[in-house]
Amino acid sequence: MTTAGKFTTDVAVIGAGPAGLFAVFECGMLKLHCHVIDALPAIGGQCTALYPEKPIYDIPAAPEVSAAELIARLQAQIAPFAPRFHLNQQVVALQRREDAWELVTSRGTSIQARAVILAAGAGAFGPNRPPLAGIEAYEGRCVHYLVSDRERFRSQRLVIAGGGDSAVDWAIALAEVAAEIHVVHRRDRFRAAPESAARLAQLAAAGKIQLVIPYQLAGLEGDGGRLSAVLVKTLEGEQRSIAADHLLAFFGLVSKLGPINDWGLEARNGVIPVDPATCATAAPGVFAIGDIAAYPRKLKLILTGFAEAAHAAHAAHEIVHPDRALHFEYSTSTGVPGQ
Amino acid sequence: MPVIHVTTTEGKEIDLSADNGRSIMEAVKANDLPMLAACGGALACATCHVVVDPDWYERLQPPSEDEEDLLDTAHGLTPTSRLACQILMSDDLDGIRVTLTPMD
Ligand SMILES: Cc1cc2nc3c(=O)[nH]c(=O)nc-3n(C[C@H](O)[C@H](O)[C@H](O)COP(=O)(O)OP(=O)(O)OC[C@H]3O[C@@H](n4cnc5c(N)ncnc54)[C@H](O)[C@@H]3O)c2cc1C
Repeated sequence: MTTAGKFTTDVAVIGAGPAGLFAVFECGMLKLHCHVIDALPAIGGQCTALYPEKPIYDIPAAPEVSAAELIARLQAQIAPFAPRFHLNQQVVALQRREDAWELVTSRGTSIQARAVILAAGAGAFGPNRPPLAGIEAYEGRCVHYLVSDRERFRSQRLVIAGGGDSAVDWAIALAEVAAEIHVVHRRDRFRAAPESAARLAQLAAAGKIQLVIPYQLAGLEGDGGRLSAVLVKTLEGEQRSIAADHLLAFFGLVSKLGPINDWGLEARNGVIPVDPATCATAAPGVFAIGDIAAYPRKLKLILTGFAEAAHAAHAAHEIVHPDRALHFEYSTSTGVPGQ
Repeated sequence: MPVIHVTTTEGKEIDLSADNGRSIMEAVKANDLPMLAACGGALACATCHVVVDPDWYERLQPPSEDEEDLLDTAHGLTPTSRLACQILMSDDLDGIRVTLTPMD
């Protein structure tokens, strides 16, 4: 784990999806150094989080490439420019300092950059938290979105919510240690590996796991951050209460714009208006590219994000080096470092 | 052009028209109504979750298994919950009523 630190750089790139990664390349070609921040522990944005194995067919000159492979190739392409990555942390604040922008992350990392390229897609990826009243008070202690230590749940009464691999696999794994497990799901079918679904059914038949179907989460009961019961209801609204010490909620990842809404960038319905010629936002020195950048007839495609990365890098050069005229050169003339 | 009657989470009613073949999600986004639709219709999230009027729900093609899988990750489900990106407009659906769900 990296510890919080203070850094200064030319360009801070928020978001390590395809657009953000290619921005590192375009900046690098203009001799601008980048730091890249992402909320996820791995680079690649949607390509990594949502569809790593799917083939993509509309990347120019790559007739078919899987999303994971596309990211691996981008990583290789930007390696010569030695970007510094700060992963597993969300940028929570963006503030104007004297002649730079300061970004602060959820881990306390501070980065001062002359220009910022916001390649934040639909926002920071994080756990899909059920919208239950007062849930914040329980999070970390009695409400969990991932399991890092199985022993923590020994002899505890657990409610596991969700119908995917995580919910099913953890229900099976924790059945050995927990005092009681209720699995709450809205329908009979689990979208999990067939062997896992079969194992879950076995454990349920043996009485080791209680299936609470068809129910969804409705509320939490407890006191001072200590959970005592999880309320569930059917789709028709019939309610029931399950005594529990912990709720493990596995509803996958969602992206949230969150703090980006408050950065004075005129965010609206999840996107930020830009001038398509420069990708400049309403804040001088802050550029937006990729899915988050909006202008008339915008296409949310990876290839659009790549082109926007080039526009933003050239415009950022003027911000970082206002005194230095940019002499346009092709990569065939300049080459890349180390080649 | 078929019309979609949309009710927002605040109870505001808005009529949209949509070309045949376009999804309700696309029509909602084109009219700048509050809906995230984060994945842009790639069937990779549930942020275009809408509640369809029960009379209209019956007339829709049933949801695919992929749509059901994503509905598993939506909150505040009802018996007539659907993903708006999966409902394609046609003359048969002229006048359909849907209610949006909270963006957060
Ligand atoms: C199933 C599926 C199939 C697709 N198929 C195709 C296709 O065939 N062709 C095509 O061109 N496109 C396709 N797309 C769309 C494509 O994936 C997106 O257009 C692309 O990923 C957008 O890239 P991006 O870099 O703008 O943002 P993203 O890939 O969304 O990445 C944004 C990153 O920013 C991070 N972030 C946001 N806010 C913060 C913050 N405050 N702090 C830290 N990190 C933050 C997020 O965690 C995320 O990792 C598909 C999408 C899906 C879901």
